[in-house]
Amino acid sequence: MAGVGVKRLQAMVWFALLVLTVCAAGAHGLYFHIGETEKRCFIEEIPDETMVIGNYRTQMWDKQKEVFLPSTPGLGMHVEVKDPDGKVVLSRQYGSEGRFTFTSHTPGDHQICLHSNSTRMALFAGGKLRVHLDIQVGEHANNYPEIAAKDKLTELQLRARQLLDQVEQIQKEQDYQRYREERFRLTSESTNQRVLWWSIAQTVILILTGIWQMRHLKSFFEAKKLV
Amino acid sequence: MMPGSAPSPRWAAAAGRWGCRLLPLLWGLLLLSGPSGASEITFELPDNAKQCFYEDITQGTKCTLEFQVITGGHYDVDCRLEDPDGQVLYKEMKKQYDSFTFTASRNGTYKFCFSNEFSTFTHKTVYFDFQVGEDPPLFPSENRVSALTQMESACVSIHEALKSVIDYQTHFRLREAQGRSRAEDLNTRVAYWSVGEALILLVVSIGQVFLLKSFFSDKRTTTTRVGS
Repeated sequence: MAGVGVKRLQAMVWFALLVLTVCAAGAHGLYFHIGETEKRCFIEEIPDETMVIGNYRTQMWDKQKEVFLPSTPGLGMHVEVKDPDGKVVLSRQYGSEGRFTFTSHTPGDHQICLHSNSTRMALFAGGKLRVHLDIQVGEHANNYPEIAAKDKLTELQLRARQLLDQVEQIQKEQDYQRYREERFRLTSESTNQRVLWWSIAQTVILILTGIWQMRHLKSFFEAKKLV
Repeated sequence: MMPGSAPSPRWAAAAGRWGCRLLPLLWGLLLLSGPSGASEITFELPDNAKQCFYEDITQGTKCTLEFQVITGGHYDVDCRLEDPDGQVLYKEMKKQYDSFTFTASRNGTYKFCFSNEFSTFTHKTVYFDFQVGEDPPLFPSENRVSALTQMESACVSIHEALKSVIDYQTHFRLREAQGRSRAEDLNTRVAYWSVGEALILLVVSIGQVFLLKSFFSDKRTTTTRVGS
C-alpha cells in the first residue's frame, strides 16, 4: 500500500515535470530572421502520400530592450502550402506558435510559404521576427514513443515498425524517382525532336528563299533590260 | 489478504507502473528533441541576396552541415559558418556541393549563411542538411540497464544502413533535379531559338532582295539625269 502511494507520487512528479518541460521546451533548433511583411518560402520535393509536419515558433524583436521577447501573443503567421501544380493545399492563419500538417497527393515540389500578418507589427517599424522552424517529412514525422504507447508494442516490435517505415519511405522515393526519370526522358526526347524538325525546316526555308530570291531578281533584271 | 481493498491497489499499481514507464519516456524524448536532430531545408535564394540560419548548440556536440545547389546559373553559392565568437569555421566561395563536420567548441549560437551576392540575375535553389548531435534514441538511455540483445543490435545496424540509403537517395534526387532543370531549360531555349531563327532568316532574305532592287533603281535615275 505504501509502495502504491510512492508509485502514484512518482507518476505525479513525472507528469508535473512533463508539463513543465512542454511549457519550457521552445528550442525547435534552427531559426532565422524575417522582416515584417517578408515572405519566406521553402520547397519540399516529396513523393505522393507522404505526410509533412511543420512546427514553428516566433519571437518578436524588442527595439527598446534590444532583445528577442520570449513569446508574444497576438502575433500571427500565415502558412500557405502549394502543390506541384500550383494548387493551394493549405492556407491558414496560425498563432505565434503553431504546427501545420499536410499530406501530399501528387509527387513533386511542394512550396511552403510563411509570412506574418503585419497589422500588429506596423507599430514596431523596422521590426524583425525570429522564426524557429522544424519541418519533418515522411518517416521522420512519426512519433515512435506515442505509437508504442498506442499500440502497446515491445521494444523489438517498435524497432521493427521503425525499420518498416523507413523501408516504405525508400520504396516511395524510388517510385518517385522512376516517375521523374520518365519526365526527364520525355523532355530530352522532345528536345531531340525539336532540334531535328527545326534543322529540316531551316534547310527547307533556306532552299525556298534562295529559289524565290533568284527568280525574283531574274524577273527584275529582265524587266530592267540588264539581262 | 483483504479482498475489499484488492481492486484499488491494483489500479493504483497499474497507474504507477504506467506512469513510471511511459512518462519518463515521453519526457526524455521531449528533452532530447531540443538540441539534437537534423534540419533539412530547401529554399530559394534570390539574386544579390544572403540568407542566414542560426542554431543554439551545446559544447562538444558533433555537427555536420551539407549543402547542394539545385537550380540556377552556374549552380554555385557562397557558404560561411561562424561560431558564437564570430570566428569563421568554414568559408567557401562558389561551391556547388560540400559537406563540413565540426565539433562545437563552446556553447552558443552558431550561424551559417548562404550568399548569392555575386550573381546579378539568377536566383538559386539551395538545399542544406544541418545535423546536430545524434538522432534522438527511440528509448531514453535510463531504460537501458542491460546491453542490447542480438536482435536489437541487428535492428540498430539495419536502421543506420537504411539512414545512409535515404541520405544517398536524397543526394541522388537533387542531382537528378539539377539535370532535369538543365534539360528543361535547353528544351525551351531550343523552341524559342528555332522560331526566332526562322523569322530572322525570312526577314533577312526578303530584305536583301528589296535592298538590291533599290540599288539598281537609284543607278538608273542618276544615269538618265547625267545623260540629259
